[in-house]
Amino acid sequence: MLTESEPHYRQPLRKTPFHERARAVSQLDSFVPWSGYTTVDVFTSVEQEYFAIRNASSLYDLTPMVKYRVAGPDALRFLNRLMTRDMRKLTPGKVAYTVWCNDEGHLIDDGTVFCLAQNEYRVCTAEWQLDWFRASAIGFDVELREITEEVAALAVQGPTSCRLLRLAGLAGIERLKPFEHGEFQLRPDPASGRAALPVMVSRTGFTGDLGYELWMQPQDAEAVWDALMEVGRTRAVRPIGSRALNIARIEAGFILPKADFVSAEHTLYLGTERSPLELGLAWLVDFHKGHFTGRRALLEEQRRGPRRLLVGLDVEGTKPAHNALLYSARSGRREAGSVTSATWSPTCKRNLALALVDAPYSATGSLLWADIYLNRELVWERRMVRACVVERPFFAAARRRATPPADY
Amino acid sequence: MSRGRGRRYDCIVVGGGHNGLVCATYLARGGRSVLLLEAAERLGGAAVTREFAPGFSVSACAHLLHLMPPALRRELDLARHGLALAGDDVPTTALDADGRHLTYGPRDLSGLRARAAADAESYATWQAQLRRLAGALHPVLSATPPRLGTGTWRDRARLLGLGLGVRRLGRTDMRELLRIGAMCVHDLLEERFGLPLLKGALALDAVLGTNLGPRSPGTVMSLLYRAAATRGAEVLQQPRGGLGALSAALAGAARAAGVEIRTGAAVERIAVREDRAAGVVLASGEEIAAATVVSNADPKTTFLKLLGSEHLDAGFVRRVAQLRARGVAAKLHLALDRLPEFPALGAAALRGRLLVAPSSDYIERAYNHSKYGEFSAAPMLEVTVPSAADPQLAPRGAHVMSVIVQYAPHTIAGGWDAQRERFTAAVVDTLAAYAPGLRASIRATELLTPADIERQFRISGGHWHHAELALDQFFMVRPVAGAAQYHAPVRGLFLCGAGCHPGGGVMGLAGRNAARQVLREAA
Repeated sequence: MLTESEPHYRQPLRKTPFHERARAVSQLDSFVPWSGYTTVDVFTSVEQEYFAIRNASSLYDLTPMVKYRVAGPDALRFLNRLMTRDMRKLTPGKVAYTVWCNDEGHLIDDGTVFCLAQNEYRVCTAEWQLDWFRASAIGFDVELREITEEVAALAVQGPTSCRLLRLAGLAGIERLKPFEHGEFQLRPDPASGRAALPVMVSRTGFTGDLGYELWMQPQDAEAVWDALMEVGRTRAVRPIGSRALNIARIEAGFILPKADFVSAEHTLYLGTERSPLELGLAWLVDFHKGHFTGRRALLEEQRRGPRRLLVGLDVEGTKPAHNALLYSARSGRREAGSVTSATWSPTCKRNLALALVDAPYSATGSLLWADIYLNRELVWERRMVRACVVERPFFAAARRRATPPADY
Repeated sequence: MSRGRGRRYDCIVVGGGHNGLVCATYLARGGRSVLLLEAAERLGGAAVTREFAPGFSVSACAHLLHLMPPALRRELDLARHGLALAGDDVPTTALDADGRHLTYGPRDLSGLRARAAADAESYATWQAQLRRLAGALHPVLSATPPRLGTGTWRDRARLLGLGLGVRRLGRTDMRELLRIGAMCVHDLLEERFGLPLLKGALALDAVLGTNLGPRSPGTVMSLLYRAAATRGAEVLQQPRGGLGALSAALAGAARAAGVEIRTGAAVERIAVREDRAAGVVLASGEEIAAATVVSNADPKTTFLKLLGSEHLDAGFVRRVAQLRARGVAAKLHLALDRLPEFPALGAAALRGRLLVAPSSDYIERAYNHSKYGEFSAAPMLEVTVPSAADPQLAPRGAHVMSVIVQYAPHTIAGGWDAQRERFTAAVVDTLAAYAPGLRASIRATELLTPADIERQFRISGGHWHHAELALDQFFMVRPVAGAAQYHAPVRGLFLCGAGCHPGGGVMGLAGRNAARQVLREAA
């Protein structure tokens, strides 16, 4: 918590309401900074945590997600002019994934918008946005407030996550459809005398799997954690860190700021900004809903055609193609793009990557060559390997969308 | 698609200020059907003559005509449309507290020579240099600013032309232009002149109408701006019947060109369809369709009120909202029962302008107060007695005095309602120091603060340039990047007011430049 007495640069990273619980089960004590908080990188091993996501249930502390309350008579008009999607379609109880751009049509950030009631919204983003949101609010009667510290957030993801939440007492959770949210109750705990706790749950996530995100008051955070760990004790529930999540999100084909794009508000070099059309997010851009910031620039880009595109790659071999340059031919004479994220996928059993490639090479089936550097017992080797443009997402399980989910 | 009177126009000009009238005239001459809408009952915007006390009339804001280029006046044939002058090439008198007033004009330096021979020489040299620089800068004012990085031949040619014009000045003048361009006028005057009274008068010309003091950077630019408008041949003129007569002549030219004019027709908003300006909606609810809408309103009014943020990108809106447009020029009108008497001042001087700006420091001190929401007890004044040369403005034997007062902050500590009387008294006291009998001859007064000007003439911030005339709001970034070529980000919407390049001051170039741009783009 920020205090008046200490200047911000003297203050350590903040601790999330789950911090003490996380610390207690962390074997590696491996924490990393995230939006001013310290969060877990790995608890025990990346692989174990990854398999909790895909085969059981995982708990991931996403409190540092920056959250804003957007409310007021013009809240909908404000959001509709800010976001690329048609926010008029977002009704109370629904969540939308969307992006927003600057005047040049360059991506500032992506995030989720929760419609809590008419003209009352919550926006969750990866990075702070108040400056841009305030500029966007000129001319609109809307109240903007950051509520990051007021809301603790925990992702519960994996094929058994619905079952886990039901066991914790969240009655009716199985009826929650993807991109819906609702209010639920955590069962009271007679042993400790704890009363039932209200928890807002959305069926959203960053894993491409069946999963939920729980939003609660910070003082309830530990009780929610304890209850889920308790009912999950015999169900292989595991807290996970950001590294395991990163594998899952690449399999799911989700982009990550600072990895697959840099916010146009943060870029220093000309030409490093990215548009939603380049990032394969054209489906989020609604040109017919009326004006939104960046619309004219994006229309022009659409007319011209994007110069590069984010694509999925299936890379030959098993070595992740981290940071690899891509070439149009094995000779390596003509550059065609570069890899932004890469991982070996334990579930798909494929060597996956997300890459930005020049438009002529972006069609599914295009064959590119990735320049990979291998460290074989401290001896570096360079390999030119095939990288084939494939459809995303790489991993798309039916259970992600099934309602009600299977009852494990 | 049109309702109301049912007619669809090629162009609607929103606002009948001088730039709106000029723009409408050129559009009509270019073959467009043009409707001009003015919210007030009379045309001219702030360039109007109004009766402020029974029998006493005065130009409401600007009271002298000096920036409108002669070529523009000829093109509009304003003389044929009734523009006559009550005073031409009128002198300037810098009032001196000890009665050693200094009367001078661009071509009459005898008074200055008698007072300070070295300054007279420097003044002639400075005027000659100013004329040369103005010759190179005039083309800058009279064309659409280029955009950088577009690669189109027109933008490149314009940049090249600008560079060549400056290069043709020769090494000495080019160096001097680059050296002084961003300077403050105080330093420039210190370099060249000795007489405080002269430096005060010249500094006044650099800061009049701006929210700047003589030590503010960029005040040399506003001097250059004044010079460039008329190619260095600036003369002060008093239209017969006040500035309203100029507007009447402009309206005459507009009507003769075929412009349809409606007054008392306040535009409530600019209609947008399919991301294109489609016409306007009046306060009455009437909707009038047009292919092109040209706004003479200031940029903030145009974009934030008439159009609305939701039709614009957020970054652009932020730039518009941050535009500096806080006026500090107030106007005081006095109805006098006789010709004011300034001891040691000849009657001829009263037909010109009188300046209370005894030194550059005097102005800077007056400016200091306005920065903190206060006014100075020793304000800077530009005074005219229009009835001296134009008796129709006052009852027989009586006179009107028109005073531009700086610095009157737009928002004043305590509020203008509480400060109005005190402010008026401070100005009258200042004048009375030079004209002791003045107070006894006052029959009525009218004070227009920047807040009044904002309300009465619908100018955001009450700034007579619509947007501060400063280097960061000039040329390729006036009013803001994204609207500096007269067209708005919304297709079919253009700006033509003082907030655009080159700026205000009853010059008319913004209106003409905008019309040419519309004719080029909206074929």
